[in-house]
Amino acid sequence: MKDSYDVIVVGGGPAGSTAARFAAMEGADVLVLEKDREIGVPVRCGEAVDHEGIIEFIQPDKKFVAAEIRNFKLVAPDGTVVKPNIEGVGYVLDRRVFDYELARLAADQGAEIVTKAYVDGVTRTDGRVEGVSVQYKGERILLKSKIVIGADGVESRVGRWAGLNTTVSMHDMESAAQVTAANVDVEDDTCFFYFGEKYAPGGYLWVFPKGNRTANIGLAVAADQSRKKHALKFLEEFMETNYPDASVLSKLAGGVPCAETLEEVTMPGLMLVGDAAHQVNPVSGGGIISGMIAGKMAGKVAAEVVKKDDMSLIRKYDQEWQKSLGIRHHRYYKIKKVIYKFRDSDLNSIAAAMSKLPEAQQTLGTLFKQAVMKHPALIMDVMKLFFS
Amino acid sequence: MIKIHEDKCDLCGCCVGVCPENCIDLTESRISIEHELCTDCRKCEWACPFEVFEFKNQKATLKVPA
Repeated sequence: MKDSYDVIVVGGGPAGSTAARFAAMEGADVLVLEKDREIGVPVRCGEAVDHEGIIEFIQPDKKFVAAEIRNFKLVAPDGTVVKPNIEGVGYVLDRRVFDYELARLAADQGAEIVTKAYVDGVTRTDGRVEGVSVQYKGERILLKSKIVIGADGVESRVGRWAGLNTTVSMHDMESAAQVTAANVDVEDDTCFFYFGEKYAPGGYLWVFPKGNRTANIGLAVAADQSRKKHALKFLEEFMETNYPDASVLSKLAGGVPCAETLEEVTMPGLMLVGDAAHQVNPVSGGGIISGMIAGKMAGKVAAEVVKKDDMSLIRKYDQEWQKSLGIRHHRYYKIKKVIYKFRDSDLNSIAAAMSKLPEAQQTLGTLFKQAVMKHPALIMDVMKLFFS
Repeated sequence: MIKIHEDKCDLCGCCVGVCPENCIDLTESRISIEHELCTDCRKCEWACPFEVFEFKNQKATLKVPA
């Protein structure tokens, strides 16, 4: 580790590694600091992605694809199962290997990666971020950089230390628990989603197959609704009822920032990417692909700022993010607010209406239409959604 | 005052994300609260998936000299 770099990336997840990879590819001198001792561990993720999203960054490979997904099944509170037609294919990943590969790709471009290095602050001069302070091998070291990229996840503090408010509201934080379970009978090509108060109020429960009778089984509860009963309790009850013979290979907690995308993801000397920038799809809670898309943008812009020695160019990342995915995430966030109002009875009647349709018409689009029709009070909300 | 049951903690960072005072420190192996900054808002307690936090109401006790 040197004492100065062009770009310092805080966090070695998919967003951080992708930012590092593209910044290094464009010629910047890059350091990645990861607080954990190993890239990719622990896995705090349901691990599902779609094929189209992933191929821009890495070719799907057996070593990190645990299962290929062809179907979705949505389970209503009363047990009605809806199987919307989905096009294309998805994957349930082995994130440990996947994250390793993404970090390796960054290293191949020349990025230096250091693990077990905990960033505990940023240094600033005249409102401009100029580096980080890091706890490493028992010492506290100050490192300088032209740009810091905060890819430090849901627990991000880099932005807040620098003056960007990235606190997640209780309404938007999803409090999650997941087990990777063995000895479970699951459909190898199907992701199940369970909705309703008994499974996960203000969120959903998922069963994602990982091959060889194993699966990620988890759920997320809106933090403002988990006061009386926490995510782990919900999960333990579900496991006891549905998979009493399962063996738990890993049990993890997590937080998903299903918030509105941040207005500003940069300030002089600083960029935020991934969960740290609330770049999660607020409806699905998925953040791997959007984090990598943002990482690529941020990495390229960071290298350009360095090359041209012009800090004003950093705003290009803001603009590119807002123009591409940011605008979509604003819309998703409004949809989420509508969905949030559904009660179990609404979900049951939507599922009942869907299951009466011919199979070819059962798509996610008609599902949303049914949702609006079955809940007329929501029409105004949805109108607002498309006209605001 | 918020008490942390470290044995239950999975170090996931959900609490750090919701903490309005930015006063929870989370390293690879340890979680801690800077109590002088904490306002006892209890958001960490409610957001935590694993029930790691416990709020202990410290009632002011009036000491009457004997």
